[in-house]
Amino acid sequence: MELTRRDALAALSGAGIVVGGTASALRRNPISFEEQSTSLPSGEEVMETLVAVADLVYPSAISNVREFVVGYAGTRMAERAAYRSGVRDAVADLDSYTAVHFDAERFAGLDASDRSVLLDQLGVRTADPSPEGTITQRVRYYLVNELLYALYASPTGGELVGIENPQGHPGGPTSYRQGPPE
Amino acid sequence: MTAEDASDADRTPSDRADVCVVGAGPAGALVAHRLAERGRDVVVLEAGPRFEFENREERMERAIRPAHDELTVWDMGGERDRYTSSGEWYYPLNHARVKGVGGSTLHWQGMVMRHHRSDFDRRTQDGVAADWPIDYEDLRPYYGSAETEMGVAGASDNPFAPPREEPYPLPAFEPSYSDSLFAEACERLGVTMHTVPNARNSEGYDDRSACVGYGTCKPVCPSGAKYSADVHVEKAEAEGARVIDRAPVQRLVTDESGERVEAAVYATPDGVEHRQEAREVVLACGGVEIPRLLLLSESSAHPDGLANSSGAVGRYFMEHLFAGAGGVLDRETRQNHVGFLTSESHQFYDDPGQSTSGTDGGVPASDADLGPIKLEFLNYAGPSPVEMALHSDDWGDELLAQLRDSYGTHVAMGGLVGQLPRKENRITLDRSRTDDHGNPVPDIQWSIDARTRRTIERANEIQRSVLEELGATDVSVIGPDRTGPAYHHMGTTRMGTDPTESVVNPNLRTHDVRNLSIASSSVFVTSGAVNPTLTIAALALKCADHVDERL
Ligand SMILES: Cc1cc2nc3c(=O)[nH]c(=O)nc-3n(C[C@H](O)[C@H](O)[C@H](O)COP(=O)(O)OP(=O)(O)OC[C@H]3O[C@@H](n4cnc5c(N)ncnc54)[C@H](O)[C@@H]3O)c2cc1C
Ligand code: SF4
Repeated sequence: MELTRRDALAALSGAGIVVGGTASALRRNPISFEEQSTSLPSGEEVMETLVAVADLVYPSAISNVREFVVGYAGTRMAERAAYRSGVRDAVADLDSYTAVHFDAERFAGLDASDRSVLLDQLGVRTADPSPEGTITQRVRYYLVNELLYALYASPTGGELVGIENPQGHPGGPTSYRQGPPE
Repeated sequence: MTAEDASDADRTPSDRADVCVVGAGPAGALVAHRLAERGRDVVVLEAGPRFEFENREERMERAIRPAHDELTVWDMGGERDRYTSSGEWYYPLNHARVKGVGGSTLHWQGMVMRHHRSDFDRRTQDGVAADWPIDYEDLRPYYGSAETEMGVAGASDNPFAPPREEPYPLPAFEPSYSDSLFAEACERLGVTMHTVPNARNSEGYDDRSACVGYGTCKPVCPSGAKYSADVHVEKAEAEGARVIDRAPVQRLVTDESGERVEAAVYATPDGVEHRQEAREVVLACGGVEIPRLLLLSESSAHPDGLANSSGAVGRYFMEHLFAGAGGVLDRETRQNHVGFLTSESHQFYDDPGQSTSGTDGGVPASDADLGPIKLEFLNYAGPSPVEMALHSDDWGDELLAQLRDSYGTHVAMGGLVGQLPRKENRITLDRSRTDDHGNPVPDIQWSIDARTRRTIERANEIQRSVLEELGATDVSVIGPDRTGPAYHHMGTTRMGTDPTESVVNPNLRTHDVRNLSIASSSVFVTSGAVNPTLTIAALALKCADHVDERL
């Protein structure tokens, strides 16, 4: 199933970022941070990392992940300062961990199986997410759960499970009355 | 996100006020609006903050995503909200209320129904508890106005409900798909289903949006389709009322005679205490803080607490208890699209022990002594996929398989049972602990009686019959040992005609203090088994009339 720009928009309007917007309200390019920093990742690097994580946590049944992630997370970073700095710090820490424990500079540069091993090793699968917690908890919160929230609170993610109007998505007051598709 | 800041607002008292209202939940908001509309000078003192409407989506996200404690959705908890629960049963007070403009309706579910006639004469009907000094007919016009104010969506298809003349202001929400599954089983058993009155817009109403299906009504409706009392706070302000937020009232001060309240003493964020004087004072700060504030206002004229010559302040605390049963079917049930209910049954309200017979069987009779039961058919049984995903240890295709496996076939029934008023269930002051202003915190002493337990068991019996008829498997039951409170605080300043046994008279004025009234479920004499807020709203409108007459 293809993730559309409408899904990104839906996930964002659920989160209150884009209100009554159209797809043109979505970002097509990663944001660039106003303050450049040599020690923190760039907007493009953050986006690559999110796409690399989505590749692991999203089901193989969906396509068009990059455009969705850029549209969703990019817009969110542009609109919400707390998310912008939180996700950037989490990516910086994840990259440092990668540099120490793996033979690569950045998490996004690892191949899929190494990425999976690394997140398991870090304990991200079983971690309690927290926006202010340890690196593991912040990776779970700002990267993994952010992406899962965007997907499963959108109509396409919901439909994969059998609910086209998932919680958190304003999908109208009629779907609850309808029976299952034939 | 912490509470929205309006720290530079003017929080000094008004020079001249006809009425001071304490609390800006539905009770306070409706009293303030009604009186301001009639040209009275009204000041509302509210302990909590004003919440920005724009932040509701962010609050919703906190409610769905793990990592955020439930209490942070409406910034509850901490020193301000300290309490003790020393009774037999633990009482989770801060999950049961919200402090701020709009009060607990910011978090509520929004089911609103009238008390049944029998609720006003429990002693006459069943020989237990006590009768109210007023009856359904006294409240009937106020119920109608309350429904119009809140914008209730409903239909007149409940054959067990008390009589009404006017149609509801909004059409009812249509039954859900899962209701239609229940309907087949209920027909075979002879159990009658009907719609649920919802304080929720089925169409646009009062400049608020129609429901758009976020499915997170409890604890936050981002669209504003669910009624919350900030609506009437705004209306009251438009009529000239002043609302001071972050202004917790510390105590009420009387004149020398002790028969009139002179001023409400409140604190502001800058650490200063102010006095708001008024000709009339209305307490609308909820069923726990009202008795607490009266007890905190003890003086030489009122040594056991203000308006407490009866000793009833804080006593007879009552809750509604949840009874439920759920299971899974061999087909899809389409749950968790919306966060509210569309079908109920009040059939076992006035005759909880009755047997039923339908086209193929029925519910067996019970000859036990029982209280009223309200049965609910849930639209949000089982897991919400997005919440499950955020908690899962699996990712990718395994996660999707797990979600598909868990979601889709659940059904559940809920129900409410009201407990009897008992003196020993009460709110007192815990003088060993203090809040952020150095005041003793409320102590809740709570447990349930045998009749209430039996009634919960009876509700479970009916629920099990329906689920069995539906062919549900893996049935699990929430009975008397797993039940919890529905977050309705009733009975703690009961109404009556005898000043030695009750706190307020039928006009909602305290027996002991001439210019002090109470608008709250704290004046309920019995609990019934319906959610209380429509009755709170009706009483608030009645209270406003009496205050207005005196002014
Ligand atoms: C999860 C949940 C679900 C619910 N669902 C339903 C439902 O479906 N149907 C229904 O009928 N009811 C429901 N309720 C109950 C409903 O919310 C309450 O009955 C209703 O809000 C009570 O109104 P109130 O104005 O008396 O008190 P509240 O709404 O609690 O408001 C009291 C206000 O007074 C303020 N206050 C407290 N102390 C002071 C002080 N010392 N000085 C100044 N201000 C003070 C508080 O900050 C608060 O804002 C639910 C409640 C909860 C928590
Ligand atoms: S489903 Fe509930 S939360 Fe969503 S718009 Fe309707 S009332 Fe509001």
